[in-house]
Amino acid sequence: MSAPARTAATALPPLPGHGGTGEPVLQVRDLVKHFPVMSRGVVRRRVGDVHAVCGVSFDLFANETLGLVGESGSGKTTTARTVLGLEQATSGQVRYGGQELTELSRRRMRPLRRELQIVFQDPYASLDPRITVHEIVAEPLRIHGRYGPGARDEVRELLRLVGLNPEHGNRFAHEFSGGQRQRIGIARALALHPKVIVLDEPVSALDVSIQAGVLNLLMDLQSELGLSFLFVAHDLSVMRHVAGRVAVMYLGRLVEISPARELFARPAHPYTQALVSAIPLPDPRKERARKRITVHGDVPSPVDPPSGCRFRTRCPKFAHGLTDPERTACVEQTPELIDRGSGNPVACHYAETVRLL
Amino acid sequence: MTDLKAPGSPGTEVPRADHEFTVKQRSQTQLILRRFLRHRAAMISLVVFLLILLWAFLGPHLWHYSYQKYTPDNSQPPSAKHPFGTNAAGYDAYAQVMRGTQTSLKIALLTALGSTLLGAVWGAIAGFYRGVVDAVMMRVTDLVLTLPLFAIALVISSRTGGDWYWIAIVIAGLTWAYVSRVVRSTVLSLREKEFVEAARALGASDARIIFRHLLPNTLGPIIVNATVLVATAILTETALSFLGFGVQPPDTSLGLLVSQAQTAVDTRPWLFYIPGAFIIAIALTINFIGDGLRDAFDPRQQRVRQ
Amino acid sequence: MTTTSSEGVRAGAATDAVLEVDGLGVEFPTEDGIVRAVRGVGYRLGPGDSLGIVGESGSGKSVTATAVMGLLPATAKVRGSVRFEGTELLGLSDARLSDIRGKGIAMIFQDPMTSLNPVYTVGYQIAETLQRHHPDMKTREARVRAVDLLGTVGIPGPERRVDSYPHELSGGMRQRVVIAIAMANDPDVIIADEPTTALDVTVQAQILDALETARAETGAALVLITHDLGVVAGHTDRVAVMYAGRIVETGSVEDIFYAPRMPYTLGLLGSLPRLDREEERLTPISGSPPSLLNLPPGCPFAPRCPMRRDVCDRDEPPLRPAGRDGHLSACHFAEDLVGTGAEQVFDAVGADSEALARFADATSTGNREEDSV
Repeated sequence: MSAPARTAATALPPLPGHGGTGEPVLQVRDLVKHFPVMSRGVVRRRVGDVHAVCGVSFDLFANETLGLVGESGSGKTTTARTVLGLEQATSGQVRYGGQELTELSRRRMRPLRRELQIVFQDPYASLDPRITVHEIVAEPLRIHGRYGPGARDEVRELLRLVGLNPEHGNRFAHEFSGGQRQRIGIARALALHPKVIVLDEPVSALDVSIQAGVLNLLMDLQSELGLSFLFVAHDLSVMRHVAGRVAVMYLGRLVEISPARELFARPAHPYTQALVSAIPLPDPRKERARKRITVHGDVPSPVDPPSGCRFRTRCPKFAHGLTDPERTACVEQTPELIDRGSGNPVACHYAETVRLL
Repeated sequence: MTDLKAPGSPGTEVPRADHEFTVKQRSQTQLILRRFLRHRAAMISLVVFLLILLWAFLGPHLWHYSYQKYTPDNSQPPSAKHPFGTNAAGYDAYAQVMRGTQTSLKIALLTALGSTLLGAVWGAIAGFYRGVVDAVMMRVTDLVLTLPLFAIALVISSRTGGDWYWIAIVIAGLTWAYVSRVVRSTVLSLREKEFVEAARALGASDARIIFRHLLPNTLGPIIVNATVLVATAILTETALSFLGFGVQPPDTSLGLLVSQAQTAVDTRPWLFYIPGAFIIAIALTINFIGDGLRDAFDPRQQRVRQ
Repeated sequence: MTTTSSEGVRAGAATDAVLEVDGLGVEFPTEDGIVRAVRGVGYRLGPGDSLGIVGESGSGKSVTATAVMGLLPATAKVRGSVRFEGTELLGLSDARLSDIRGKGIAMIFQDPMTSLNPVYTVGYQIAETLQRHHPDMKTREARVRAVDLLGTVGIPGPERRVDSYPHELSGGMRQRVVIAIAMANDPDVIIADEPTTALDVTVQAQILDALETARAETGAALVLITHDLGVVAGHTDRVAVMYAGRIVETGSVEDIFYAPRMPYTLGLLGSLPRLDREEERLTPISGSPPSLLNLPPGCPFAPRCPMRRDVCDRDEPPLRPAGRDGHLSACHFAEDLVGTGAEQVFDAVGADSEALARFADATSTGNREEDSV
C-alpha cells in the first residue's frame, strides 16, 4: 500500500535490541497519555493528571504477536486504545503504513480503520444488544461501503470461519454464550481483512474450557492470515502461550521487553520476577517447591507516581538488596529501557536475570 | 478441525447445550412482552384503550347521526335513539362524544409522537457529544422546562385558532424537554459501553452511532415516556379547550364538550359526566399501560415466583 | 475409603468431622421453572483439613458455600444436611446460625465490600465481631486485638490503619481486613469463596499468604472455592471438581492433577495455558455447560464429552471409587482414563480450516486489487 503523499512520514528505524524480525508494521514512540483530574464543584479546574501511559515505545512486526502485560493501572489497555486513536494521545508518535496516526483527522483515519481492528474484553458489552449477529458482523462492511450483493454470503463465511453456525445470523447476541459472543467480536474485526488486530483482554472474561478454544482460533487466524496481533492481557500464562515477544508494563512504563520464552525462563526486572512468581502453577509438586519473589503493598496511584523508578516503592531488591547510594539512583534517575547485559531491554538500574520456573 | 462440530461429537447436539448460563435465555423483546402480558392492570387497560380508539375512529362512520347535524330532539336524556342523549341545540351527544374523543386522541397521539421524536434526537445528541454542545442544548431544555406550560399554550393557541394539529404542536413544543432529559441520561451511560467504542473503532460516523446504536437502545425509556405524554396531552388539551383556547366549534373535543355542558350539570348531567368519564378512562388506561411497560422494561423486575 | 451412605467426599482421615455436608441440594424457582443449582453435594472436613472446590461459572460451587452458611435467599429450596461439629445447621433459626457464623464458621467473599460496612472504621468492625462472641471483652482490649489481627494478615502500619474506613483502603487491603475479621473469633472452619478473583496477581499472592497465616494461627479447616486450578494446587490438600451442580471428581491434589479420572477434569487441565511448560496447542472442551433448568437425563457432561457412549445419555454416573483411596469419579468409563493425556481425548480445535483457507485467499486477492488501484 502506498501512502498518500501529503502525510507521508518515513518509517522509523526499529528499536535496537527489542527483538522481532521482518518489517515493522506499527511503530510506537514515546507515547504519552495523561487524563486530567478535575476538581469537584461548580467551577471545575484541572488539579492533576493520571499518568496512564508515559513514554511507551515498541514496534509491532508483520505476522507476530506482541504481548502487552501488566496489572490493573499499568496502562496497557490505554496504550492499546491510544495506538488505535480511540483515545487522543497526549504526545508521541504512532506510525502505520507510512502515516503518522496521531496527526490524522477522523475522516483521514477512516480508511485506515479497515486495516487496524480491535477485539474487546467484555463479550457482553461489546456487541449491540438490539441488532442481529448478522448485522453486527456486517456493520464494518456497511460503514466502509462494501455491503454489496455478495455480503450476505461473506458474513456467513465469517461466522463459519470463527466456528459459529452461519444459520444463527438472525439471532441476537445475548442468545449466545460468552465464548460464542467473543467469536462474534472476532468475526466483526476480521470482516474488512485487517492487517493489525489489537486484542484487549480477549479471553479474560471467559471460563478456561471456553478460553482455550478462542485462543486456538486466534492463533490459527494469525498464522494463516499473516496478521499482527497486539495482545493485551494480565494473564501471564495466556501470554506465554500466544505471544512471540512480551512487553511488561508497570504504572504507565515499559519495564522489560523480550521474547516470551526468555522472559519467563529468566526475567531480569524485579517486577517481572515478582509477576512470574505470583502466578500459581496448576501443578501441586512444582507449585509447592517453587522459589518465590514476593512484593508488598499495592500499585501506587498513577496521579502521583513515585520519582525515578516507579517500582521502587514495592521492589524487593530496593528494600533488601541495595546499598544506600544505589538506592539514590533508583529514587533520582528514571531507569531507561536498554539492554543491561541480559540480552534484552530492561528498565532497572540493577537488573539481573533469575530462573524462577 | 474439519467440520463445524457443534457441542460434543457429531450427532450429540442436545437442545440448549450452547448456553453457558443456567437459565434459558430468551430474546429481550420476548421477555418484555411476557412481563407486560402478565401485568393484569396494564393488559385490561390496553384492551379498554384500544376499544375506545376503535370506537372513536370507526364509530362515526357507522353511527347514523353526524356530530354536526341537528336532530329534532333537543335536551333528551339517554335513550335507544340517542344513547348519550342530546343537548339543547339538538346535537346527538353520542356522535359528539365520539368525535370529541377522536379529536382529543389525535391531539394526544400527535403530541406524543412529535415530542418524543424531537426530545429523543435532542437528548441523544446532547448526551453523545457532551461538553459544550451538551451544556448549550441542556440549557435550552432547562429554559423550556421553566416556561409556564399552560400560560404559553394559552397565548399561542389563542392566536392559531382551534385547529387540532396546532394544539398538538403547541403541547409537543413544550413537553419534549422532559423526553430529552430522560434520553440524554440514558445515552450518557450507553456511550461508555464497549459496543459504541467498537462502532467507533470500525470508523462509524457520529450519526450512525447515534441513530443505529444509541437511540434503539433507549427505546425502553422512550416508550414509557411516550405513554406519560399521551396522558399529559389529553389532560392539557382538555384544560385548554375547557378554557376556550383549545379546539373551537364547530369541531369538538372532550374538553370542549365538558366545557359546553358545565351550565347543564344539574339539568342534563349526561352531557357533562359522559365526556368527563371518557377523559378519566383514557388518562387512567394510558397510565396503567405506562406502568406495565415500565415494569416490563425494568430489568430489576426479575420477579421470582413464590 | 469405601463408600458412604450418600455420595460423600471425605477430606482427610479424621474420624470426627468439623463440617459434614451430605446430599445437599439447592433449587431456585424462576419465571422459567426450577433451576437445580446444586444436586447432591457432600463432603467431610476434619479439623485443620483443606478442601478446594473448583468449577466454572454456573457449576454451583458458590451456591454450595452460601447454602452451608445459610445465606441463600428465602425463595431457595434447600435439601440434605449440613452438620457443624454434630449440629444440624439446615433449619436452624437465624439467631442460632448467627452464633455459629463467625465463631464456628467464617466466610470470606469475593468482594470484600459485601462483608464490610462502609460507615464504620475497620477497627470498629473487628472489635464488634470480637465483642459479639465475647461480651465481656473491654473495648480497649478489643482494639488492641484488632491491631494485632491487622498486623497478622500483613497490613503495614496496623496502628494507623485500624482507624481507616473501608473506602480508604485498596482492594487487597480490604480483603485482608475481611480475613482478619474471619480469624478474629478463632473459627473452626473458614470458607473462602473466590477470595482473590477480583485482585491482581501480585496482590493475590499476598492474600493467599495471609489466608495461610490465618489458617496456621487458628488451626481452622479451609474450604477454598475458586475457578483457578493453580490456586488450588498450592493451597489445599484435597480437591472437589464441580460440574452442573454436582461433584464430578474428588481426590487429593495429586490425584486430580496427575491422574484425573473424569474427562471434564482432564479437559480443564488440557485447556489451561501453562507458564511452566511449552504446549503446542490447547485442547478446549467444545460446547458449554448445560442449563440447570430441565437438565436432560444422563451424565450432564455427555454432550461435550468425546468419550460419550449410549449409556452416558441414559444414566447419570454416581460418584464412585477410581484409582487410589479417596479418589472418586462420576464417570462410567473412569478406568479408560488411566494414563491418558488431554490431547488423546480432546481435539485441539481452532478455526475452521476450509473457511480459513478461503478467507486467506480472499484477503490476498483483495489486497492485490487494492494495490493495483
